Amino acid sequence: MAQTKTAAPATRLDAELARRLLTQMSLIRRFEEKAAEMYALGKIGGFLHLYIGQEAVAVGAMSTIRPDDYAISSYREHGHCLAKGSDPRRVMAELFGRRDGLSKGKGGSMHLFDKSVNFLGGHAIVGAHLPLATGVAFAIKYRGGDQVIACYFGDGAVPEGEFHEAMNLAALWKLPVIFLCENNRYAMGTSLERALAETEIFKFGRSYNMPSETVDGMDVLAVREVVARAVARARADGTPSLIEARTYRFRGHSMRDPAGAVYRTKEEVEREKQRDPIVLFRERALAAGWLSDNDLREIDKGVNDLVDEAVAFADASPEPPESELLTDIFKDAERSGS
Amino acid sequence: MAVMTYREALNLALREEMRRDERVFVIGEEVGLYEGAYKVTQGLLKEFGPRRIVDTPIAESGFTGVGIGAAMVGLRPVVEMMTFNFAMLALDQIVNSAAKMNYMSGGQFNVPIVIRGPGGPAHQLAAQHSQSMEVYFYHVPGLKVVRPSTPADAKGLLKTAIRDDNPVIFIESETLYNIKGEVPEDPEFTIPLGQAAIRREGTDVTVIAYMGMMYRALEAAEELAKDGISIEIVDPRTLQPLDTGTILASVRKTHRAVVVEAGAGFAGMGSELSAVITEQAFDDLDAPVERVTGADMPMPYNHHLEAQCIPDAARAIAAIKRALYLE
Repeated sequence: MAQTKTAAPATRLDAELARRLLTQMSLIRRFEEKAAEMYALGKIGGFLHLYIGQEAVAVGAMSTIRPDDYAISSYREHGHCLAKGSDPRRVMAELFGRRDGLSKGKGGSMHLFDKSVNFLGGHAIVGAHLPLATGVAFAIKYRGGDQVIACYFGDGAVPEGEFHEAMNLAALWKLPVIFLCENNRYAMGTSLERALAETEIFKFGRSYNMPSETVDGMDVLAVREVVARAVARARADGTPSLIEARTYRFRGHSMRDPAGAVYRTKEEVEREKQRDPIVLFRERALAAGWLSDNDLREIDKGVNDLVDEAVAFADASPEPPESELLTDIFKDAERSGS
Repeated sequence: MAVMTYREALNLALREEMRRDERVFVIGEEVGLYEGAYKVTQGLLKEFGPRRIVDTPIAESGFTGVGIGAAMVGLRPVVEMMTFNFAMLALDQIVNSAAKMNYMSGGQFNVPIVIRGPGGPAHQLAAQHSQSMEVYFYHVPGLKVVRPSTPADAKGLLKTAIRDDNPVIFIESETLYNIKGEVPEDPEFTIPLGQAAIRREGTDVTVIAYMGMMYRALEAAEELAKDGISIEIVDPRTLQPLDTGTILASVRKTHRAVVVEAGAGFAGMGSELSAVITEQAFDDLDAPVERVTGADMPMPYNHHLEAQCIPDAARAIAAIKRALYLE
């Protein structure tokens, strides 16, 4: 199913790809589990929104784009940032609010930014980053480049006006945005049915004459295939797309909603966990012979080590110095006047 | 020097900066084909084409966000608000995206954007189109706020705003677009942000005012000069950063201060200026700081009622006389 036709022997390429996809998904899962632990220990403060359950979307999508392409996301963005290529140590340090964090401890969990991998944030006002994505695509076209931007958001952004404004402008001006809706069925505690007159989210794309598809967000290869098509369209002539990846978050909305059980049943959560994207892909990779049991063990160990290292790095990183307090309010200038 | 209108000065600033820097583009409602609701962008579509003069549908939050996104990756957008009243629809983008991006990204993504258009009280435009919007913006750390009162300032400050690496809110006025003044033609003429101008030198009372109110203050000063009262008028030009140095130096000279502002008085610019002067020049003051402000109410349509809501020279004179204990 992986669309990776090249001159290389298929099995070898599939094995490499499978290893990469599984490693990244496992890294995100392990990273998030560890972040939850660190939150419980008081190492991480504020709001913490975990991505557990949705890993196939970020990893499948990011596996189709180039390093010079852009990605932008909401506040549930640790997975997108890691999948775009950020160093887990610096991501964890940012969650810890430390000097060596991506944003020097000034942004936190909801505001991860990494210029070195073209990751444009970490935005915590629902829907607000969709026009920003359209703007980045505007800049790409303005310069005559062939990059694209992947814009992640949840089903909670769909009723916002900015979803519609951003989609309309991107389609009107033919800008290379892949609007990637991660429909996990709950905007905080409000289910899709209680929020949208049209619950088939991909259909909104048709209102803007935009290619729109839905995909099983628990199937990393399916996500990869659908996003790859959207990327190809965007790169070819700037055509934007709306992709609705149907997924599920296994944890609550944030660490302050640990069980996530008031607005959904335990049975539903347990049923969805049967479709764990990582378990599904492990089984598939074994069955197809892409990966062996030994490979899986190796991947798990590698990921665990990487996350342990990230925690150690974050823990060792100093608090930001006081001299950093007032820097970065404005670029290249201290606040003048009063 | 050339004599031109405030509108022409803005237009010239845009042209010069667009010729100078390929990254600069103009985006907004009716900026291209219609040539601007107030004709500030007249002729720009013809010179620069639709790639750089971008007409948008009515979607303030959307196109402001487009500007901010484009700025994050290196372009230098000038976003036109047909009037600043409409900027309320983009307030989240301005406050939560533009103003905070550089800080919350630890300095990785700055937003070199100018958001410009007319604001403040105009003539009989009623409650939703006649209000001073600067107060919504200068309160927000990360934004610079400019209110240019003269054609020369309009040109020099807009050019600086476009060259600034940070978000700049640039609020013009419907009532000033047609005023004429001398404007330097040098394409390198700029005015730094954060530098107030002394519009009239005097010794008895410092009056701080900008935009239309600066002209009312000038009228008041002319009138009072007949009685031998000498007024110094300080125009802040930019409200953030605020040139407190020039303001305080003037107050230390005259020992009396009056703020005249068009916006509603409650927690307005006059409140801030009054606090700054009282905190930093208390011992120099011979009288309390006087404020003359717009009424704390929605603007009425009827022109008699409207006139009572906007300060005029007579009210400025009354406040100045209070500061001098002449009443």
